[in-house]
Parts: sequence; C-alpha cells; structure tokens
Amino acid sequence: MQKQIKLQVARYRPEQESESVFDEFEVPCPNDWVVLDGLNHIKDQLDGTLSYRWSCRMGICGSCGMTVNGEPKLTCATFLTDYAPGPVRVEPLRNFPVIRDLIVDLGDFMQKLVRVKPWIVRAAEKPLSSGEYLQTPEEMDEYKQFSMCINCMLCYSACPIYGLDPKFIGPAAIALAQRYNLDSRDEGAAERLEVLSDHEGIWGCTFVGECTKVCPKNVNPAGAIQRYKLNAALESVKSFFLPRGA
Amino acid sequence: MAHIAEHYTEYHPRWLRPHISTYWWLRKWSYFAFILREISSLFVAWSVVYLLLLVYAAGQGAAEYEAFLEWSRQPWVMALNVSSLALVAFHAVTWFNLAPQALVVHVGHKHVPGSLIAASNYVAWVVVSAIVAWLLIGG
Repeated sequence: MQKQIKLQVARYRPEQESESVFDEFEVPCPNDWVVLDGLNHIKDQLDGTLSYRWSCRMGICGSCGMTVNGEPKLTCATFLTDYAPGPVRVEPLRNFPVIRDLIVDLGDFMQKLVRVKPWIVRAAEKPLSSGEYLQTPEEMDEYKQFSMCINCMLCYSACPIYGLDPKFIGPAAIALAQRYNLDSRDEGAAERLEVLSDHEGIWGCTFVGECTKVCPKNVNPAGAIQRYKLNAALESVKSFFLPRGA
Repeated sequence: MAHIAEHYTEYHPRWLRPHISTYWWLRKWSYFAFILREISSLFVAWSVVYLLLLVYAAGQGAAEYEAFLEWSRQPWVMALNVSSLALVAFHAVTWFNLAPQALVVHVGHKHVPGSLIAASNYVAWVVVSAIVAWLLIGG
C-alpha cells in the first residue's frame, strides 16, 4: 500500500468564514512528491474548491510560496517525505492579506517594486548605431546574485519588520534596487537613493537576517540592504563635506 | 480597468489580515537572537556610562576612586556588570559575524572572503584589548 501523509491546509473562504480554518486531507507520499503535488492531488481528487497559486513547478516562477510547518517555502521545492510521518501544515505566506485559502495579495509589493525603479536607468540613451552596452564578466558578477530574485515573497513572509511595519519597502525590492545599482550600465543610483534612504527604506531594516536564510535562490537580500546602508551613509558624509558635489 | 482596480485596494473588506502575536519573537531562535541583540544595546550604553563614571572618579582623586569601587562592589552593580559583559560580548560577536554582509572588499578583481573580513574584526578586537590591558596592568 502506498505511503500516505496528512496535509492540514488553511482555508479561508470569505463568503463563509471570517477567520482561517484548517481542513485535513490524506495524500500519497511517494519520495518524489513535493508539497505542491500534494495540493494538486487535493485539487484534482478530493476538493476542487481549494485555491492556491502555482505555475512552473521548478523554482523559477516564484508563484507557489507558502508557509509549510511554520516556514516560508517554495512548495514546488519542498518534499513531503522530509516531513514524514506528518502532519504537514500548509498556510498562506505570512505578513500578507489573504484573498482566499492559500492565495495572498501581493499588490503592496508590486507598488513598492516600481518605486525603486528596477530597470536600467540612463541619463541619455546611446543611439542604436553605437551598438550595445558592453559589460565584462567581472562587471556582471557584481550584480548577478541579486538578479536571481524570482519575487517569490518568501523574504517578506520571513521578515518580522515588514509584518510589524508594512510601510517598510522590504528585502526583495531593495535587493532588486541594488541589482541595478551595481550594474555597470545603470546610472539611476541617485534616483533610487532618494527612495531607499528613507526611514521606510534601508533604515527600516534591523538585520534580522531571516530573508537571506529563507531565500530559495541565494539572493542574500540582507546583505544587499547592509551594503546599501554603507553606501547611503558614505553618500550622506560626502554630501555633508561636499555639499556642491565638488 | 478602473473598476477592477477598486477591488484591489488595501481597504478590500473581505481580505483576511492575520494578527501578529505580541510574542512573535519567541517563535524562532533567530527572532529571539535578534531581539536579544537589540536589547543588548542598552547594556552597551550602560558599559559606556560605567566607564565614564570610573574615569571621572579616578580623576577626582584616590578617595573618590575608592568610594566608586565600594559602590561597584554592591551585589546589584556587580550583577549588572556581569550581565553587561556577557551581553556586550554577544553584541560584538553578532555584529562581527554580520560585518561581511555589509562590507564587500575587492583586491584587484577578486572578492575578499567574508570569513576573512569577520576574522579581521576579531583580530582588531584582540589587539585593542591587549593594548588596553597593557596600559592598565603592565604599562
């Protein structure tokens, strides 16, 4: 007989409930099944009303982030057997409002992301005839780690500061800002500094460090924020001693 | 589009906003360590105040210095200072270990490993402590 494991899945059906409740399901637990496979089994075989996000199943799209036994995880990369004999408790990501069951609203992050201008900013674009913006492998290495972010929101879910103060711009947005600041083709660091040097920006971070621990792509947002703090402090000192930018 | 946007504001009435417990920092060791590090700042401040009081008493002459030492022998002051020593050490160690996150040092085209940056903090700590000890005891 196939091994089974119990999933305790948080349900929130706004038309029925005012608080989250847990439904229990027995699902198969073969060695190659991840938590997302268990949820898909529930959706296909046991309860078609269960709502959750997923897409690629390979840790690329960042849609299937959930809280598994209290830890933020990509459910496509979290094996059920690691939690045997169970039960496995699956909840929505913390620190976000829940729309339904395991689906959270990411609108707050989307608004913050735009504020840090996560794209290459140029003072003046080169004409096409001048060719592409060239970059050496060493220059690419400077920002590559931060470019691996898949916006899965595990870092926001792990960050107690974001939970307590939702105005905090948060780990992923700052890491992505740093990704462009460190890009040799970019000239937008000063524009981003205005947003990020606010109290709600880098200075809101008190370096709990959990964002880096839970990141499935080893982006190290905590490191990005601390590096940015150092840059911002140096910029402040420079602007104090050289107010005219001499 | 404007109609859709109205439904996805932060005032959407049907969203569930889970409550964050006052004791969230007891949920994980890393959260607890973070709170401990924040609280240890108070003990760092006390250590500075104590040092200033000590220097001031020493500057006032032998009698004042003896009186300060007598005051320091009280159990509650000793307990406070022992706790402060432990928490200042914890504060220093956690920050030294975090230093590589903030400092990215290049030598030529190569990154200096984080462990070396943390180690340099510890070496500086030992050297400065040795100099202070030499000045107070052997100098």
